[in-house]
Amino acid sequence: MNRNVTSHATTVLYDQPPADAPQEQAPVVVRRGLMSRLVNRFSVLGLIGLFIVVFWLVIAFVGPVVAPYKGGAFTSTEVFGSYSAAHLLGTDYLGRDMLSRILYGTQYTVGLALAATVAASVIGTFFGLVAAVSGRWVDEVLSRLFDALISIPSKILALVVIAAFGSSIPMLMMVAALAYIPGAFRISRSLAVNIMTLEYVQVAKARGEKLFYIARVEVLPNMIHPMLADFGLRFVFIVLLLSGLSFLGLGVQPPNADWGSLVRENIGGLAEGAPAVLMPAVAIATLTVGVNLLIDSLRRHGARSHGGGQ
Amino acid sequence: MKAHAQRLVAARLGLALLTLLIVSMVVFGITGLLPGDAAQQALGQAATPEQVAALRHQFGLDQPAVTRYLQWLLHVVTGNFGTSLSNNLPVSELISTRLPNSLVLAGLTALVSVPIALFIGILSAMYRGSLVDRVLNVLTLSTVAVPEFLVATIAVLIFAVKLRWLPALSYLSDVSSFGALVRTYAMPVMTLCCVIVAQMARMTRAAVLDQLNASYVEMAVLKGASPMRVVLRHVLPNTIGPIANAVALSLSYLFGGVVIVESIFNYPGLASLMVDAVTNRDMPLVQGCVMVFCAAYLALVLIADLAQIVSNPRLRQR
Repeated sequence: MNRNVTSHATTVLYDQPPADAPQEQAPVVVRRGLMSRLVNRFSVLGLIGLFIVVFWLVIAFVGPVVAPYKGGAFTSTEVFGSYSAAHLLGTDYLGRDMLSRILYGTQYTVGLALAATVAASVIGTFFGLVAAVSGRWVDEVLSRLFDALISIPSKILALVVIAAFGSSIPMLMMVAALAYIPGAFRISRSLAVNIMTLEYVQVAKARGEKLFYIARVEVLPNMIHPMLADFGLRFVFIVLLLSGLSFLGLGVQPPNADWGSLVRENIGGLAEGAPAVLMPAVAIATLTVGVNLLIDSLRRHGARSHGGGQ
Repeated sequence: MKAHAQRLVAARLGLALLTLLIVSMVVFGITGLLPGDAAQQALGQAATPEQVAALRHQFGLDQPAVTRYLQWLLHVVTGNFGTSLSNNLPVSELISTRLPNSLVLAGLTALVSVPIALFIGILSAMYRGSLVDRVLNVLTLSTVAVPEFLVATIAVLIFAVKLRWLPALSYLSDVSSFGALVRTYAMPVMTLCCVIVAQMARMTRAAVLDQLNASYVEMAVLKGASPMRVVLRHVLPNTIGPIANAVALSLSYLFGGVVIVESIFNYPGLASLMVDAVTNRDMPLVQGCVMVFCAAYLALVLIADLAQIVSNPRLRQR
C-alpha cells in the first residue's frame, strides 16, 4: 500500500509535463493534444463507455424536453406497433410513443439510481472513516453490523423494506441506498485502515491533531480515487436493482415509469417481438455496459500508471 | 496439531451464528417494529379505539418491543414462523413445499455454471492479454451488466416464440423423463447461468492471475514445466481458497437472480413465494422467507471459508 501511494505521486509528476507543454503553442495544437490525451487515457472501449454515460446523463435532464410526444399522450391506434417514421421505437401496449416513454423514464432510472448511489457512498464512506479512525470497539461493532447487513442479499433486503413500507419514489431511493451502504462501508473502511498506518498519519497523530482533522485532511483525500471506481460499480448494481424491482411491479408505480416498469408493462408484446418490450431493456443494458466499460478502462489506466497492470 | 484449524472453524461458526442473530434483529426491526401499528392497518381508519386495543392485545402488540422480538426469535428457532396472513397456512409448511424446488434450480445452475466459469476463468488467465482474453473480458463484462430480465425475455423470444423448442413457462407437474426435465429447466437455468458465469469467471481469472505472478510459478516455468502442468499442478491447488470464495459469492448472487427468474418463468420456488408475500404485505411469510435466504447465504459463505481453511496446509498442520 505504502509503495502504491508513493508511485502514484510520481506518475502524476510524469503525467504533468506533456499536458502543460502544448498549452504554450497554438490553440489548434492544444486541442489535438487534448484529444490524443483523451484517447491515450481511455481505450476505444472506454471512450464508447464515456460517450454512452454522458449521453444518458444528458437525456436524464433534457429527456422530457426533447421527447417527440409530451406526457402520456395516446398518439396511435396501433398497439405494439413496430418501428416507423412517426414512432421511431414503435408504440406501447396503449399506443403511446415508445421513444417518448423511454426518454421520460430516463430521469427515474438514471436520476433515482444516481441519488441512491451518492447517498450510499457518502453514508458508507462516513461510517467507514469513523470505524477506521476511532478505537477498536467502535470499529468492531460497526463492522459486525454492516457484515450482517451485507449477508442479506440486496434484492431480498429491498423486498423486505418494500413489504413493510410500501413503494414510493423516496422509499425506493432509501431502499437502494440502504442495500449498498454496507458495500461502501467495507471498501472505505479497508482503504482508510490502510492509510491510517502510513507515516504522515502517524506524524499528524504525534502533532496532536484531532480525529476529525485526521479523517478529513489526511485520510479522505487519499481514498477518493479508488472510491470513485467503486462508485461507478455501485451505480450499475443500483440501476439493476431498481429496474428489477420495477420489473416485479414493486418499483416505480404507474403512471410514472422507469425502464424496468416499461419492460413489465409491455411484456405482453413479447410474443410478437414488439420493440416496446425490447427497447427499454436494451436501454438499461447500454447504460450499465457503458458504465462498466468506462470503469474498466479507468482501472486499466490506473493499473498501468502504477507500474503494475494485469 | 489440528487444534489451530479447529479453533479457526469454531470461530467462523460462532461468527456466522452472531451474524444470523443480527440479521434476525434487522429483519424483525424492519418488518415488526418500524411500520407502525399492524392492528390499526388491519382494521382500517374506521375502527373504534376499543377494537384496535382488543386486536393489539390479540396480536401481542401491547408488549414491549424486546419481549416481542424474543418471543418471535424463540418461535423462529423452533421452526415456527407463524401463520401466513393471506391463506392461514403455517409459514413453515408453505416454505417447506417451495424450498426443494428452489434448491433443485440452484443446484442445477451450480452444476452447469461452475465448470464453465472455471474453464473460462483459467483459460483467460493462462492467455492473459491475448485476443481470447480480451474478447472474453468484454463478453463477461457486458453479461454482468445486463439485467436478468433482459436475458430471460430474449431467451423466451428466441427459444419459445421463434424456434418453439422450449415452453415459455416452467410447469413442474410434467417432469417425468429426462427430456422433460431438460425442457422445463433449460431456460431458467440458462438465464441464471448467464449472470453467474460471468461473475465467477472474472473472479477466477483474478485469483489465478494472482498466483501466476508468484515466484514459484516462475521457478516451475524455468524448470521446463509445460503451461498446462504449471496451471493444473502448481497454480490450481493454491487457488482453491480464493476460487471457493468466488464460487460462494457468485452462487449467493443466485438469491437475487432467482427473484426475477422465478417470477418470469412462473417457477414455484421460494423467491416467487416471497415476491407474492411482499405484494400482499404478508409479514410472517416475508420474515420466514428472508430468514431462510439469509441462513442459506451464510451457510454458503461458511462453506467457502471452511474450504479455504481445509485447502491450506499451513492452517491444517501447525
